[in-house]
Amino acid sequence: MKPTRNGFGDAIVELGKKDERIVVLSADLTESVRAAGFRARFPERFFSFGVSEQDMMSAAAGFALEGKIAFACTFGVFATGRAWEQIRTSVAYMNLDVKIIGSHGGITVGADGATHQVLEDIALMRILPNMTVVVPCDYYEARQATVAAAYYPGPVYLRFTRNSVPFLTSEEDEFEIGKAKVMREGKDLTIIACGQMVHHSLKASDILSQDGISAEVINLHTIKPLDRNTILESAEKTGAILTVEEHQIFGGMGSAVAEFIVENNPLPMKLMGVRDRFGRSGEPEVLLEAFGLTAEYIVREAQLLIEKKAR
Amino acid sequence: MATKRPDIEFLTSKARQIRKDILNMLASAGSGHTGGSLSIVEILVCLYHYKLRHDPNDAQWTDRDRLILSKGHGCPALYAVLADCGYFPREELWTLRKFGSRLQGHPEKGLPGIEASTGSLGQGISIAVGMALSAKLDGRDNKVYCILGDGETNEGQVWEAAMTAAHYKLDNLIAIVDHNKFQIDGPVHEVKNLEPYRRKWMAFGWKVKECDGHDFDSLMDALDWAEKVKNHPAAVIAHTIKGKGVSFMENDNRWHGVAPVREDLEKALKELEEE
Repeated sequence: MKPTRNGFGDAIVELGKKDERIVVLSADLTESVRAAGFRARFPERFFSFGVSEQDMMSAAAGFALEGKIAFACTFGVFATGRAWEQIRTSVAYMNLDVKIIGSHGGITVGADGATHQVLEDIALMRILPNMTVVVPCDYYEARQATVAAAYYPGPVYLRFTRNSVPFLTSEEDEFEIGKAKVMREGKDLTIIACGQMVHHSLKASDILSQDGISAEVINLHTIKPLDRNTILESAEKTGAILTVEEHQIFGGMGSAVAEFIVENNPLPMKLMGVRDRFGRSGEPEVLLEAFGLTAEYIVREAQLLIEKKAR
Repeated sequence: MATKRPDIEFLTSKARQIRKDILNMLASAGSGHTGGSLSIVEILVCLYHYKLRHDPNDAQWTDRDRLILSKGHGCPALYAVLADCGYFPREELWTLRKFGSRLQGHPEKGLPGIEASTGSLGQGISIAVGMALSAKLDGRDNKVYCILGDGETNEGQVWEAAMTAAHYKLDNLIAIVDHNKFQIDGPVHEVKNLEPYRRKWMAFGWKVKECDGHDFDSLMDALDWAEKVKNHPAAVIAHTIKGKGVSFMENDNRWHGVAPVREDLEKALKELEEE
């Protein structure tokens, strides 16, 4: 088990070794976002902006205009919230190679509470033209996603976890931005998840299988661009979709799937996530339970969805 | 980078021509920011015909000086100067703000000579900071110039950028404030007082010089001074007149975001002819 932010921290050092164009900009949370390794190794390519996210984001655009691949790092809430319009106008409008690192995604930030638990970032980023949005499910995928993002054209938003999450993938796995991974095949319903909800969804599918329910689990690590083929293929096979994310249900990953499904092959769907409320302080596991985002809750929603499908 | 100062008469006649172009462009567009375009004419003429190291035939030349128009709404002036330098065909000026034009209502990267898309106030100075840091990292000696509006410096981001620039001792960054004393809602001191303005920039770690933003000698002195500042970013506060050059537009804030109609245009062009 490791936090996905560690995957970024290790990958960015590797990138720095190989590519002189890599620069890292940080807004005072350097250790927290796991950029300290890069700072120690490449101090001349590390830029400290202090607690000035807006300045950092537009400056990242300045670096990118000069041919750099600029990683701008802070907590997800400050990156996508505080500096949203800088991302919109300085970065996305010019379609620049700025890679936005949003650490501390979701309620599992834990004790820091609502101010630091971003539940809106996927919505805020995916609404922007030219933007790519990636939420890796574990350490290895976070590493691969960081490297892939560096060489993926244009701006990319990467969301990472503060807490440790189980390993679900390995270094040898294929990773491609925009290509969802079917983690488990099934035929009765499709569970689509991102980030650490992939782990909880796999646990749910274990429990469901004991009841004779075969749940397909898709790791939708890239929310934009959406892997329409994988989603549609699975939906046509199972006839029901349950989405699970550590994000507001409005505008997030589930919404992205729903928008696509409603235009193509409408079928029973249920969106799981945070329902129109702010986070709270607490231990990550306690919060997931309190917000209804554990395997047991996923199982219950899956069962209800299958009943609905049968009607 | 030019060392020899151009003839003042040459610069003055350039400025007159640019003003005419701006007014014609705005009248043809039917909208746009007249006052804040006219106030930066001398600044831009001085940069492009004296100070900037640039090559209109090679807009992407690595060692060129960069200019970011952070107050993007003043772009008619920049477009006119760029076209006059030969960055793009002059005929394009008359497509300003029209569908399909490269001359967007606010500057858009893609038009030769435009370094960055700007117009959302406060962001251009940070972009300039990123460019100046990049130049230092790459060991290039080019300068990055950034033109800001005085009202624009209400933005907190400007002061974030000011701190960053001083922290990194960006002596390759030069901010020029078009201090025309007006913003949309009215006089700057009524909307949100900036004073003590010079001392604010100094307190943020900048070296500061004030100049007459319509007097070429004064501007050239200030820009020469700014280029020589070491270990600090330099700010030139250029005292200007909003709507400069057309008597009925000067210091009349109704011309902030309004384009001249035909009668205004004829009257204004006549004045400029008689100058």
